Amino acid sequence: MSTVRAAESLLALSRQEELEDLPKDYPLSPSEDEGDIDGERKHQKLLEAISSLDGKNRWKLAERSEASLKVSEFNVTSEGSGEKLVLSDLLGPVKTSSSLAAVKKQLNRVRSKKTLELPLNNEEVERARTPLEHEVFNILHKNKQPVTDPLLTPVEKASLKAMSLEEAKMRRAELQRARALQSYYEARARREKKIKSKKYHKVLKKEKAKKALKDFEKLQKVNPTAALEELEKIEKARMMERMSLKHQNSGKWAKAKAIMAKYDLEARQAMQEQLARNKELTQKLQAASDSEEEKGSVEEEGELLVPDTVNEIQRDADGPNPWMLRNPFSGPKEAKVQDAEQLLEPVAHEASESKEEERPGAKEDILLNTFEERRALRKKSGLSQDAEPLRKQESEDSSSQEVLSELRALSQKLNKANQQSGKQNMTSLRTVLPVQREEPTEAEEEPLLMQRPERAHTMEELEELGKEGCFQNKEVPRPVVEGQQLERNPHNLPGAPKEKKRKEQMIDLQNLLTTKSPSVKSLAVPTTVEELEDEEERHQKQMIKEAFAGDDVIRDFLKEKREAVEASKPKDVDLTLPGWGEWGGVGLKPSAKKRRRFLIKAPEGPPRKDKNLPNVIINEKRNVHAAAHQVRVLPYPFTHHQQFERTIQTPIGSTWNTQRAFQKLTTPRVVTKPGHIIKPIKAEDVGYRSSSRSDLSVVQRNPKQLSTRHKKQLKKNSVN
Amino acid sequence: METASKPGRDVQPKKARLQTKKKKPRRYWEKEATLTAAGASPGPPRNKKRNRELRPQRPKNINLPKKSRIPGKPQFPKKPREQRNLEPQRNLSGAQDPFPGPAPIPEEVARKFRRIDKSKKLPHSKSKTRSRLEVAEAEEEEISIKAARSELLLAEEPGFLEGEDGEDTAKICQAEIVEAVDIASAAKHFDLNLRQFGPYRLNYSPVGRHLAFGGHRGHVATLDWVTKRLMCEINVMEAVRDIRFLHSEALFAVAQNRWLHIYDNQGIELHCIRRCDRVTRLEFLPFHFLLATASETGFLTYLDVSVGKIVAALNARAGRLDVMTKNPYNAVIHLGHSNGTVSLWSPAMKEPLAKILCHRGGVRAVAVDSTGTYMATSGLDHQLKIFDLRGMFQPLSARTLPQGAGHLAFSQRGLLAAGMSDVVNIWMGQGMASPPSLEQPYLTHRLSGHVHGLHFCPFEDVLGLGHSGGITSMLVPGAAEPNFDGLENNPYRSQKQRQEWEVKALLEKVPAELICLDPRALAEVDVISLEQEKKERIERLGYDPEAKAPFQPKPKQKGRSSTASLVKRRRKVMDKEHRDKVRQSLEQQPQKQEKKAKPLKARPSALDRFVR
Repeated sequence: MSTVRAAESLLALSRQEELEDLPKDYPLSPSEDEGDIDGERKHQKLLEAISSLDGKNRWKLAERSEASLKVSEFNVTSEGSGEKLVLSDLLGPVKTSSSLAAVKKQLNRVRSKKTLELPLNNEEVERARTPLEHEVFNILHKNKQPVTDPLLTPVEKASLKAMSLEEAKMRRAELQRARALQSYYEARARREKKIKSKKYHKVLKKEKAKKALKDFEKLQKVNPTAALEELEKIEKARMMERMSLKHQNSGKWAKAKAIMAKYDLEARQAMQEQLARNKELTQKLQAASDSEEEKGSVEEEGELLVPDTVNEIQRDADGPNPWMLRNPFSGPKEAKVQDAEQLLEPVAHEASESKEEERPGAKEDILLNTFEERRALRKKSGLSQDAEPLRKQESEDSSSQEVLSELRALSQKLNKANQQSGKQNMTSLRTVLPVQREEPTEAEEEPLLMQRPERAHTMEELEELGKEGCFQNKEVPRPVVEGQQLERNPHNLPGAPKEKKRKEQMIDLQNLLTTKSPSVKSLAVPTTVEELEDEEERHQKQMIKEAFAGDDVIRDFLKEKREAVEASKPKDVDLTLPGWGEWGGVGLKPSAKKRRRFLIKAPEGPPRKDKNLPNVIINEKRNVHAAAHQVRVLPYPFTHHQQFERTIQTPIGSTWNTQRAFQKLTTPRVVTKPGHIIKPIKAEDVGYRSSSRSDLSVVQRNPKQLSTRHKKQLKKNSVN
Repeated sequence: METASKPGRDVQPKKARLQTKKKKPRRYWEKEATLTAAGASPGPPRNKKRNRELRPQRPKNINLPKKSRIPGKPQFPKKPREQRNLEPQRNLSGAQDPFPGPAPIPEEVARKFRRIDKSKKLPHSKSKTRSRLEVAEAEEEEISIKAARSELLLAEEPGFLEGEDGEDTAKICQAEIVEAVDIASAAKHFDLNLRQFGPYRLNYSPVGRHLAFGGHRGHVATLDWVTKRLMCEINVMEAVRDIRFLHSEALFAVAQNRWLHIYDNQGIELHCIRRCDRVTRLEFLPFHFLLATASETGFLTYLDVSVGKIVAALNARAGRLDVMTKNPYNAVIHLGHSNGTVSLWSPAMKEPLAKILCHRGGVRAVAVDSTGTYMATSGLDHQLKIFDLRGMFQPLSARTLPQGAGHLAFSQRGLLAAGMSDVVNIWMGQGMASPPSLEQPYLTHRLSGHVHGLHFCPFEDVLGLGHSGGITSMLVPGAAEPNFDGLENNPYRSQKQRQEWEVKALLEKVPAELICLDPRALAEVDVISLEQEKKERIERLGYDPEAKAPFQPKPKQKGRSSTASLVKRRRKVMDKEHRDKVRQSLEQQPQKQEKKAKPLKARPSALDRFVR
């Protein structure tokens, strides 16, 4: 670090020197300047011409170290680049520079707008949108900073106006001088850098180091505080060194040397030197007092003396890390812990034991304890959840007992009517029914019974339906009853999760139609009824009617439904050819094996919508006419039809929207103002603001081109 | 009355327009805030028509029926508070707006205008798609908020009869109601004694101003029932089965003994449609311009009245049809049959869309409420049932009436009226979205003759009753929608406005084939043909352009790209995919096994056969 420091100080010094001697060598008054400079340039050119005579093509970097008064477009040269200057080179950045990428981005943003308003409105682009932007604009406004035109603040403008001609001239001269100085310094540094003598550099370094040391000492005497600061800086440098891997034999050079070190003494030395240097750099400055140091060392020793175990316990007391503290005596306890029932005991035990040792283990136990408890709780809740529906079903059972008997009678009647396979069904029905009666607790498993795969249509569906109905009227409450319940407490929303559960199950048709609904007691009974009959008679008549009517209605409907289901099912394809590979003739059927082999089973379609709705037949046929109006092609960015459907959910017509929303939804893509010229889009129009030094910014934004050019120049430099 | 201004968009003050003119021209779709900030009150956007019914009701605790509309009084919507920027701005006077920014909108109000169901999970989408979806969602939200804001303009509230401490509202008779209400409303209750021409059928025009009625013995008349001005009166010298207004009051159709006739408002016969013969019931679908007729011969015929063509003639195969109603939500026709079923029809399908077994006896009357959610049926088994039409078609409630209801009608706000011989009962539900509860009637009324026709007047709290003794107009507080859409159904429209509306309605005519059970399904992609086309494309190209390309290992340098290593790498990827697949299937299996395991337990044992 000392070298760095030294270099810095050296630099500063040289600068000062130059500043001092500059006025002597280069008088800067503009009047004298011109002739001199002209002569100088000619001299330079001459020198260059001479130097280029020696065969090697030596180019020197053309640089303008002095601000010229005029910049003419005719003075553009390709000097130093080693290339011919072509017009396209000059036009390049304007045409295809990637600096336009930013503009392009903005343009894309404009294009992606829902509606494009032409001609483009500048103000709209510049308007602040986010709160942060608002804030920034506010601050800018408050300080009267230019917002749109980035040139000069009003204060600057005023000061400009206030400046007199002389002042301006002086200021210009000053600026010129500063620039000249800089260029001289740069030139000198370049020159010095090119000196190849190692000895020179060594000497220079040593000199610098010495100087720095001297300076430091001087500083200590003169200004101790500044010296302290310097020290701090050195300390910081040390820290940096410690952090970095510099001087640690890990660099490329060091590795190469390490290979050589076996044979080469010099290399070995160099390595050692480097290591020493590292040590030196990373060594702590002994600024602290000795007494303090001693104390520290004593403490360290004390710590060392204490055995490890003590340390551990201390840590335990501080705050246990349960993972670190899996000590041997917690082993048996863990075994205990696994017994969920004994959980409370160990905790009590542990309390009696010595605290320091036991605490962590206890904590662990408690943790585990809670886990177990939770698990148990969960189990319980699960059980209770299971139990709840049970109870419900029981209650439902009791409520629907009366209905059940009636229904059974009905179903039996139905079964009798169909004697083809009646008996089997009856038995099966009966076998199931009493079981259910006896054990209402087993109601839990009833739905599973019903979920048993269908027996491939051996029974008639009608009977199946009837049977299933018998099963179900136990647990499926009559929908009508449910509706009434809903009515009674209107706060219950319809479509509660209850219904969802039952969705899977069939709703009994018989039930649906034969339930007695409570009769309305109307205030005004129709006159004709009152006159004709008295209540009893009417009631009886109604009963009779209800008992006899409807059976055939239900049967007809079920038949119709069955037919509809059959019709909608995909048909199997039979490809057997009678007589192919077999005896053929009248009355001969192809063998079952063959039929099986050539029967193509149709894939089962999706379940019918009315599968669980006994009183409904829903047509599954497609409405082809309506389908013609539906979208049948997914537009580009969408990969799934659900995504696209979501974007067309909202209607845009004025029937469904407010006027303003409708207008907004139906704005055209591009809106133009009548009578206004639409000019080509400029960068400024889309919010891309190039500064006044646009060419500079282009160069800065154009690293690629710059880099290529630079590479060439650098090559040249290195060659030189 | 006709000159009463409506809460439509044409109320915008002219001053504001002038002011805005001077300013820099702004587009009309720009944010409201910017426009209102200019100092003009915005023209109130038009009322939402479809969603109006969903409005939460706020019944007033009054003993009297509150008129649903106060005609004659110009009602300007309240001036909405000026919307400003979020930071409170100081006026010239130094006063500060205590409520800066736009007025907040309660979430529930906006939610009912939401169309996108966000609970549905979408398959994973690319970023480009996602941005599209986000745009759509943002748009929907903005629109719903706008709609919720315009809710403010629905100034009228429905009122109801409410009994004093447990008093039964059904006991309140018409005379008492008429006494209590103001004169204008009282004038809406009237009786027409027309005993000569037998039981009457009646129909109100869509705007609710006009009444057409036809007696069974040929008496046909239309009148502006509010002013009681007779428009036409004729005797067709034939039995009249049904009468119905077409899209406006200028035309009405009469189902006569043999054929269907169409008359204009002066009683001049315009058409005699012989293809529709022996029609028993008529229904008009206003958005499709379809006149549906049910005939004795068992045919349901759709007649497009805008072009005069028969769109479809469907054979119901269920004998004589004399119970018919329309579902105002999806324009599906409901037919009641003698075998206790109700069938749902669309002109696009030859078969019914659905068949519902409702009663053990024949169906006598069917009615569907205006939201298309509930259907009320009454049958020969003296039962009155209310069905839920949303997918499940299950009965929600049922009641046995002393004598079955022969006629049913739903009002705009969901009141259910049933005519039983000479008594009319009206039931009311709790809230807007609930079905009418059949426990206690809301109102009852006894007529001088048997009921033959029921129709609630739109936008007026009036129920029209046609019976053998003539016509009765009955006051039913809270029956109708208090706020009307001035652009859709304007009771006060002039002739010119009506003509304009007619043209617009014709331009917006919905094709007949779009009628289906779920109209929202039209906004879905036709998946079947989509997949079909995809398949065809694959066949045509010979490969699936959207399929995932098989893994191709990248070439590597320094001899590591040998064939063996390539194969190895390819195999590695393949194995990984295979493993993933197996893992997935394993994850799914336990669920299946659980499902399977339980039925095994329940398998009946062999000994079951001995159980008797």
